[in-house]
Formats: sequence, C-alpha cells, structure tokens
Amino acid sequence: MKRFIWLTIVGVSTLFFIGCATVPKDILKPSEDYLAIRQIQMRKYDTTDQEMMISAVAGVVQDLGFTIDESESEIGLVVASKEAEAINAGEVTLAVIADILSAIGGTYTDHTSDADATQRVRASVITKPSLEGNNTVVRVTFQRIVWSFDGEINKMETVKEEEIYQIFYDYLSKAVFLEAHKI
Amino acid sequence: MRYLNWCLIGIFLCSIIVTGCATTTATQAFETDESQVQLRSIQTRAFDTIDKSIMMQVVISTLQDLDFVIDKADYTIGSVTGSKFLSNTLVKMTVTVRPRGEKQLIVRANAQYGTHTLVDPEEYQNFFTLLGKSLFLTAHEVD
Repeated sequence: MKRFIWLTIVGVSTLFFIGCATVPKDILKPSEDYLAIRQIQMRKYDTTDQEMMISAVAGVVQDLGFTIDESESEIGLVVASKEAEAINAGEVTLAVIADILSAIGGTYTDHTSDADATQRVRASVITKPSLEGNNTVVRVTFQRIVWSFDGEINKMETVKEEEIYQIFYDYLSKAVFLEAHKI
Repeated sequence: MRYLNWCLIGIFLCSIIVTGCATTTATQAFETDESQVQLRSIQTRAFDTIDKSIMMQVVISTLQDLDFVIDKADYTIGSVTGSKFLSNTLVKMTVTVRPRGEKQLIVRANAQYGTHTLVDPEEYQNFFTLLGKSLFLTAHEVD
C-alpha cells in the first residue's frame, strides 16, 4: 500500500514538471568565446561597393549548392539553405555492430535507425560597410538540423567548425575577383 | 476498498493538474504572464541616436554575437528576426527599431524559447546591455 502511495506521488509530480517546464537562464547572454567565434565568422573586404559584394555573396551560396530563402538588399542580408547527407560511415558501422551484438545476446536494438542520415544547413550572410567606411565587412553564420534514418531530429546546432567558414570565404574571395572582372 | 480510495485521489489530483494547465487550445496562444504595459517596458529601450541604418546593423551583429542566425530583416519596418538552437529547443527573437520624436530610436525585442514567451526582465537587460556596448550608447528605460 505504501508503495502505491509513493508511486502516485512520483507520478503526479512528474506530470506537474512535464506540464510546466521552465526556461533556462542566460538565453540572451553571450557565451564566453563569442569574440573568438565572431573572428571565425567575419572577414573584411577592400571595397566599398556594397551592391557588388551582396551579388558576390548570392553567387557563392549558389556555387555551394544552396538556394536563397530570403534577401534584403538594403540591409545586405542573404539567407540560404541546403539539404545534404549527414552519414558518418564510422557511426553507422558501430551502430550495426551494436545491433548485431544485441541480437546475438538475444535482445533487439535498433541503433542503426538512430544514426545521422540527413541534414539541412542554413546560411545567413550580412554585408555592411565597416565603421571606418572604407571597407565592407561580411559575416556568415551557419546552422544545421540533423535527422536520423527514421526521421527523428538528432541535432540542432550552430556550426562552429572553423574550416567550414574558411571554405565559404575561399569561395567568396574568388567570387569577388570574378565579379570585379565581370566573369 | 482503501485501494480504490487511493486510486480516486490519484485520478482527482491528476485531473486538477491537467485542467490547471489547459483552457481551450486556441486561447492558450494569446495568454501572457505579464500585463501589456509591463511587457512593453521589459522589452523596450530608447537610445539617443536617429541613425536607423547603424542601429539595425548593430542589432544584427548583437543577435549574431548571441549565436542567432538572422532569418529575416526589413529596413522599412525596421525589423530583424533571428533563431538559434539551445539543447534542441528553438529560440526565436524579433527586434524592431523605430523613431521616437526627433532625437531617439526605440528598440523593442521579444523572444520565445520553445513554446514559452521570454518574460524575465534580466534576460532582456542582458540583451540591451550588449546592444548598448556595441553602440557605445546607454539604453534608457522607457516609461
């Protein structure tokens, strides 16, 4: 009987917590490394031609296979997205091995369906005149959602890998050159 | 018999919780925890500048510093919307910039964490402090 009372209390308090989940603190406070991240996401270009810069950006997102979702030339904003595979051979292999081992052990698991399968990457690019007014500053941010093989969301995150931003800016430098030469 | 009583008490408690958290579902979208006036003062600040273009650029870079990806921006309306993910929950924020008299701009921000509206004044203060830092200006409370 005592056990039943306890179960009721636990059940009721669980319901209470699910019903009224709280909001975490410091949502609008910058992370400690925000200045370092800003450096990774930002480049300065030696031009004051805003129009050329925003068209170069639009060209680069297309070069990278993204489609443009939104743009506002007066602010210098281009938002684009792309669907891509997100299969990591190592992760899938481990998942398959784990499933086989469980099968041998007589239990059923399905880690393989939980492995990363597809992703949607979103890029948001802002171009603006620098504070001194003689350069153009570009800042790109990438975000991605990763889905598993059975369609569940595995991850939602801001992309922080420096090499990804480097690829974007390598493309942009080339595009600025091409734009300048009208190619 | 006693077992049945406990069951009834359990069901009763559960129903209190369930009804406590739900009215009709459509009205839930219009429920707010704060009064309209209170919410406005938490979410709004005035700045001593009239340069809307610079203000919008700084709003954008402040949102980016906070890890938001800019989804939409409109110069005429003066609105910027961004989103970010916080442990698999979507955080969305809109900031609007509009003139107030001839010497000031009013900046209003509102944010949502999943299905919750952000109402904590401290959170908005953090945002306006960072915005003010980037502008080299002080954020004034609006009455």
